[in-house]
Amino acid sequence: MSNSLTPILLHLTPSHMATATKPRTKTELTSGADILVQSLMKHGVDTIFAYPGGCSMPLHQALTRAGDKLRTILPRHEQGGAFAAQGVARSTGKVGVCMATSGPGATNLVTAIADAKLDSVPLIAITGQVPTAVIGTDAFQETPIVEVCRGITKHHYLVTDVNDVARVVKEAFIIASTGRPGPVLIDMPKDVQLAMCVPDYDCDVNLPGYNPEKPHAHIEQIKQAAAAIKRAKKPIIYAGGGVITAEAHEEVRQLVAKTGIPITMTVMGLGICPASDPLSLDMLGMHGSVYANYAVDEADLLIALGVRFDDRVTGKVDEFCKHGKIIHIDIDAAELNKNKPAHIPVCSDVKFALQELNKIVEAPEDISDWVAKCQKWKKDEPFKYNEQYPGILQQHAIRTLWEMTRELDPIVTVGVGQHQMWAAQFYKFEKPRTWLSSSGLGTMGFGLPAAMGVQSQFPGRLVIDIDGDGSILMNIQELATLVCEKLPVKVLLLNNQHLGMVVQWEDRFMQGNRAHTYLGPIDNPEWSGQGDGIGPTDPKERYPNFVQIAKGFGCGAAYVEKKSDLKAAIAEMLAYDGPYVLDVATPYQEHVLPMIPGGKTVKDMIKE
Amino acid sequence: MRHVLSALVQNVPGVLAHVAGMLASRGYNIDSLAVGETEQPELSRMTFVVVGDDNVLEQVRKQLEKIVTVVRVDDIGAKDHVERDLMLLKVKAEPGTRTEIHELVKIFRARIVDVGPDELMIELSGQEKKVIAFIDMMRPFGIIELVRTGRIAMVRSVTRPLGSGGVKPAVGYVAK
Repeated sequence: MSNSLTPILLHLTPSHMATATKPRTKTELTSGADILVQSLMKHGVDTIFAYPGGCSMPLHQALTRAGDKLRTILPRHEQGGAFAAQGVARSTGKVGVCMATSGPGATNLVTAIADAKLDSVPLIAITGQVPTAVIGTDAFQETPIVEVCRGITKHHYLVTDVNDVARVVKEAFIIASTGRPGPVLIDMPKDVQLAMCVPDYDCDVNLPGYNPEKPHAHIEQIKQAAAAIKRAKKPIIYAGGGVITAEAHEEVRQLVAKTGIPITMTVMGLGICPASDPLSLDMLGMHGSVYANYAVDEADLLIALGVRFDDRVTGKVDEFCKHGKIIHIDIDAAELNKNKPAHIPVCSDVKFALQELNKIVEAPEDISDWVAKCQKWKKDEPFKYNEQYPGILQQHAIRTLWEMTRELDPIVTVGVGQHQMWAAQFYKFEKPRTWLSSSGLGTMGFGLPAAMGVQSQFPGRLVIDIDGDGSILMNIQELATLVCEKLPVKVLLLNNQHLGMVVQWEDRFMQGNRAHTYLGPIDNPEWSGQGDGIGPTDPKERYPNFVQIAKGFGCGAAYVEKKSDLKAAIAEMLAYDGPYVLDVATPYQEHVLPMIPGGKTVKDMIKE
Repeated sequence: MRHVLSALVQNVPGVLAHVAGMLASRGYNIDSLAVGETEQPELSRMTFVVVGDDNVLEQVRKQLEKIVTVVRVDDIGAKDHVERDLMLLKVKAEPGTRTEIHELVKIFRARIVDVGPDELMIELSGQEKKVIAFIDMMRPFGIIELVRTGRIAMVRSVTRPLGSGGVKPAVGYVAK
């Protein structure tokens, strides 16, 4: 560890020079920056996404002393770094860590922090801050980032004393990763990074208002739940992201197997139950399956596991599962009875609750008619698209990709919009943590940097970003990171030259009036909705030229517009050694169906 | 419905902003908020008066408890408790009205804490209803300035059922 002795330390404390060749001990004076980096490593962090600047330079200097145990990846935008850290967290369950400098660096993290809050992602964001002496003076690159982030973090720190650094990092990891996980911000003024103290990495934490212990359901509540299941005639399980966070998918699968109850999943919960399981009703909600939404509407018992009754799931919340009793198990007490009152609210670690439930639960007496009904709905009205369409429909591209990669155990990330929903519908997930989506906040530009983070954790694995042409442009600079850091992410770019989801809403609810949803030049007739309805397919007419952009960054790239060429093009992408962008020409008239318009009910479902 | 919540919070910078920001961003209606140090220097006490039905109260309580620096939240309104509000009030008091104001001060057990040529500063503490009643009585004289601390509350040592005769109504308590 002698190589981690800082030049600054040598300079400022010549008395320590004698120890420079000896192994470092706990009693040595260490800079705040080094304490922070050492603390990260002690908490098992192996990758950090960090973009330097004036007020975070000491931290970056300390990162260079971390050796090869901690890889620092330089994103090309702080938001990309923060989403990459989310990619680490969402795919592994570990805490993701990102770093930025003060001011604009810090504010560039804000979207990804808010995103982590809504999807309960364990994230630690470290920001440099102007020196404590000038805080509050509107110094160069000063923003009160703690104030900015107060409402979008699980917790936040402004560290003003170097003696607090080790404790703050320890607390940050506890808070980010326990209970309902979430983002924690550590704002660290430059003088605190440079100040010296003798670190105590085993210090006590000071969290009198925070209990990291998992809440456990009372046995009485478990008995009530089991009794309700036993009595149910039309039960359904509604499982979400909390199950994946709790690593409780095996318990859910056991519950399904033991009781024979059909299961539907939220967009955060895909993979909890294999899509190939006959009892899986796939995703529910606004763009969920017809059969899942029918089943919830008719159910007499809804077993809600690690979910929060989001409006994109419930539509009009009063009508959601109107006839059913609700068992709601969640680790966050504030989610119980928040949007929808539960008959049996259970504040518990969902894994514990399900383990206990699985010990005593009995299958309902006879739900064979109900299960048959669900499966008939599933057979009659599956996710579908026009397979005869002569060009490449987005759904067809995703299904083809799935068919070609399903055996390769890939991890898939997405942006936000139509392509995201089609990926949720047509890419069939068999395992949790193989599908990463910005679900609560719905942040365009999530897919590419998230895939970058995933690839850093799984170097040999296939990582695919299914993206849209609008979404990818929001963080396209990360193609540079992929190339420079040798992260061979594959991008299936479903390019319809439009902001497809907004176009869909224009078509459905605004008489098709195009309001800034065409992504090409303003003198193109498509801009005002006066085009031929197909849009240009000649690569020269399309904007921007993603193949050139990708090649400019050093990625492999190709353009495909013919249906007959799609498989070969995907095969070429998969075989490519390095990051790759496959630009797929798709039409923009295609709508994501089925659709329950916002605030409406299953009766208002649009199927055509 | 009116509820009194009492929160013990860590005495660290930003707690008040965090709590106030959470209440504002979630749209909860807060009638009064009082903050001060406690017998333990590392802890402060926040007392809220929340207006809303039981569901709103439950959500406010749970959301408060989620804030890491909030150590504990008690629903004081559900228990037998003492509640006080401190007010300073400056009222016009010309020679013809001074005696009358003084009489009212005595009846309400308030105190005159500053005397000016034609105005008086009065201190009054008590339950919210008493304070409001006193304000109403002062209004005709001409209130110049008024400041209140917001409600603070503490649970009684021995809980007696309300209306059992064991609890003396506080001064100014208006029976329903």
